[in-house]
Amino acid sequence: MNTRAAMTAGIHAILPMLPGIVPFGVMAGVAAVEAGLSPLAALASSVFIFAGVAQMAAMQLLDSGALPLVIVMTTVVINLRYLMYSAALAPYFAQLSVRWKWTLAYLMTDQSFAVTVTHAHETPQREHLRWFYLSGAILCWLIWQASTLVGIFVGARVPEEWSLGFAIPLIFMGLLIPVVRDRATLAAACVGGSVALLARGLPLNLGLLVGAGAGILAGVLADYLAPPPHAAERREEAA
Amino acid sequence: MSVQGGGIWLLLAVLGLASFALRLSFIQWFSRRRMPPWLQRSLRFVPPAVLAALVLPAIVYSGPAPGFSLENSRLLAGLLAALVAWRTRNVLWTMAAGMGALWLLEALL
Repeated sequence: MNTRAAMTAGIHAILPMLPGIVPFGVMAGVAAVEAGLSPLAALASSVFIFAGVAQMAAMQLLDSGALPLVIVMTTVVINLRYLMYSAALAPYFAQLSVRWKWTLAYLMTDQSFAVTVTHAHETPQREHLRWFYLSGAILCWLIWQASTLVGIFVGARVPEEWSLGFAIPLIFMGLLIPVVRDRATLAAACVGGSVALLARGLPLNLGLLVGAGAGILAGVLADYLAPPPHAAERREEAA
Repeated sequence: MSVQGGGIWLLLAVLGLASFALRLSFIQWFSRRRMPPWLQRSLRFVPPAVLAALVLPAIVYSGPAPGFSLENSRLLAGLLAALVAWRTRNVLWTMAAGMGALWLLEALL
């Protein structure tokens, strides 16, 4: 597969995911504007951060007067999955120049990660993987910024009574349900949500972080106490 | 306390750098290492924990009638959205159902 074929394949692979990105980008723009950011700053949030859930959560925290440090920590916790993606992609990009590594890293999204890893498994030849990734990722980036612009424009014009801001927790809800797949993740969600509710009175908007932390611990504990079948067997073998 | 004027740009820069650092982590700096198993196992629980911590306070304690009551239109709309999310596994349907329910309830209550 040559460079051009790889780039075309990359675009084809990412295409089905692009419509799904649009509402997130729009809501990211809406969230920024509702938090009081200027249109330029709102666009900058999408250029600098380029991560939907993190942007929306950060803007909501900002709107409720949270301490900047808490906003940073919350953004980091929300974006921890990028560690996983980075670890998974690192072997494929190990030989690339610093410029390539930094560019590919900046453009990393859930979608680009997913299609690239899938493609890498199917294709024995890996030399052109970076082009496959790059073309799709650039397209994602463009769609993201365009959607944000739409959101910035819309957010400034939609009346308060429409409660457009409520769409953001709805997005989080839509993302939450599918990731609760087993008892341990259910524990993580239940504890995370409950503790966040109980801790909402904490100063500095720490309730979110405390809730998330408690939820993660609950998940790890539940996983340890009642591991999935294959993990239990492995533990027995090791003993 | 809120971030005024130029402060927002500093905040955005820090958020951007932090996010970028996470993305770059293994690609640039830890390329020789594998992610420790304990970290890999724990990361699985970050999405459900974080998303739940974001969602629940937002649907229970925001809006004009906060709290666990039948007058809290956001709570009711959120519960319906949860049901739709469970059945459809689709974010757009979830948003549509939740917003539709909210508008309906606000018109009625």
